[in-house]
Amino acid sequence: MKITRDDVSRVAELAYLDLSESELEMYRAQIDEILEYIGKLNELDTSNVAPMAQVLTDDQTADATLREDVEVPCGIAAEVLRGAPDPEPPFFRVPKVIEK
Amino acid sequence: MASSWTIDSVKEALTTKKISARELTAEFYRRIAEKNPAINGYLALSQERAYAQADKVDALIASGKQLPALGGVPIAVKDVLSTRGTVTTCGSKILEHYVPPYDATAVKRLEEAGAILLGKTNCDEFAMGSSNENSAYGPVKNPVAPDRVPGGSSGGSAAVVAADLAVASLGTDTGGSIRQPGALCGIPAMMGSYGRVSRYGLIAFASSLDRIGPFAHSVKDVAAVLQVIAGRDANDSTSTTAPVPVYTDEIGKPVKGMRIGVPRDYFAEGLDAGVRSKVEAGIELLKQLGCEAVDIRMPHTDYAIATYYIIATAEASSNLARYDGVRFGLRVDDPTLLGMYRKTRGAGFGPEVKRRIVLGTYVLSAGYYDAYYLKGQKVRALIAQDFRDAFQKVDAIVTPTSPIPAFKLGEKTADPLAMYLADIYTVTGSLAGVPGISVPCGNTPQGLPVGLQMFGPAFGESQILRLAHAFEQAGGNRG
Repeated sequence: MKITRDDVSRVAELAYLDLSESELEMYRAQIDEILEYIGKLNELDTSNVAPMAQVLTDDQTADATLREDVEVPCGIAAEVLRGAPDPEPPFFRVPKVIEK
Repeated sequence: MASSWTIDSVKEALTTKKISARELTAEFYRRIAEKNPAINGYLALSQERAYAQADKVDALIASGKQLPALGGVPIAVKDVLSTRGTVTTCGSKILEHYVPPYDATAVKRLEEAGAILLGKTNCDEFAMGSSNENSAYGPVKNPVAPDRVPGGSSGGSAAVVAADLAVASLGTDTGGSIRQPGALCGIPAMMGSYGRVSRYGLIAFASSLDRIGPFAHSVKDVAAVLQVIAGRDANDSTSTTAPVPVYTDEIGKPVKGMRIGVPRDYFAEGLDAGVRSKVEAGIELLKQLGCEAVDIRMPHTDYAIATYYIIATAEASSNLARYDGVRFGLRVDDPTLLGMYRKTRGAGFGPEVKRRIVLGTYVLSAGYYDAYYLKGQKVRALIAQDFRDAFQKVDAIVTPTSPIPAFKLGEKTADPLAMYLADIYTVTGSLAGVPGISVPCGNTPQGLPVGLQMFGPAFGESQILRLAHAFEQAGGNRG
């Protein structure tokens, strides 16, 4: 077994994700099977391979990744706030975090 | 029904005043009202926006001006692409009432080119799935065989074009989500190279893999839509400045003498016999057109699914952290902030999204990062190297798009790993960042569409469009 129920519970905690008892058990079994399958990657010796985080080569992104850091007004703040679950312009309101 | 509308036939009908853009738009909405309930391809319609655009097109025609590239062409876009003022759900309950405050660049460019946005198409929740059964708003039915899936995750975008409820559409492809539904619904579908089309306004699933691309009835129309959406956008730092060729000119060039790589690793165990025979016949047709078929090996193909499901879920777990009930979407109340986060996410996300968040968080977590995430990134480099090696020898790589034709609704929902394995031929190109197109290549004995996939080298869209166009013109889809 690759993953325990406690592992799933701990990971759900890290991801701020409420899971029911039945979900915990279902995901444990399914993810265990997936991790078992993923284990086939260990057949490959990758000790001399550099990890690849993205596909674009340097020459294509030379002028794409860097730009002048200039301030541009987006002008949509009011619209964004209107779409929020509990807005109090110019703020998003959330349950109290810090006790007095 | 008469043959499907194409970009050219729409523009011809409009400029010769056989029909107005407003009438054409109304005609598409009439068809949608009639046929969409059975297919469930559209989640939302944007009539107000569509008619306003149609009136602009009609005014242009009345003034005798030339129509722009997609002038008056009714299109649909996948519901993961932001549309200002039109609800964008990502197929999720967590964004059920979300109205974006801006347009995705691809959507903006389509409208600037005169396209008429009919509505938003159904998809697997946050584009996670291969059958469209993970949508919170019900599955899409395959128009070719309504008891079967249309493929996914861009199932709605494929289905509405296949059912003549749009002339073209946009989908997104992270591991096959454009090419596979294109194959299963029997229409051409393409993802350009990573960096070819701006992802600005595409609601992120896996940022190093996500791409936007078109579905249409012909390769020519696919090329015309790609033409409009491709190119640098200052709002996406990964969109490149590599020049955009005139694809619509490129497709007519001859294919004689092109070398096409046939990787035997893609014809292994698990390939449906009906699909195999059509794909082999397709390769024969390409040979008759003067292409030289070359046997190649892509030795890391068998590791692509494992690699993909590490990288895609890791990136998803990070991208989906933003759905916390604070700034947009669903909020489930709780006296504490952390409780509010947990309950909102637990209630708002569906089963596949939760599964991927858990898996992705796990492969990134302390103690497992090296064994899974780092390992996955290293094998990704090997898979990309397979492609670079292959393109030293060939101009394009030709494979089946999907190992199986459209399967029955519900057939694979109980076994997530079995569903993931169906992505075997598409995820490789996603990981490598190369462009890929799926073009129809006939039907299986049961009458289900088969797709022929063509990969090109990075920014080699022209050559696969040309190859796919020649294949289509030579009757590759017949039989």
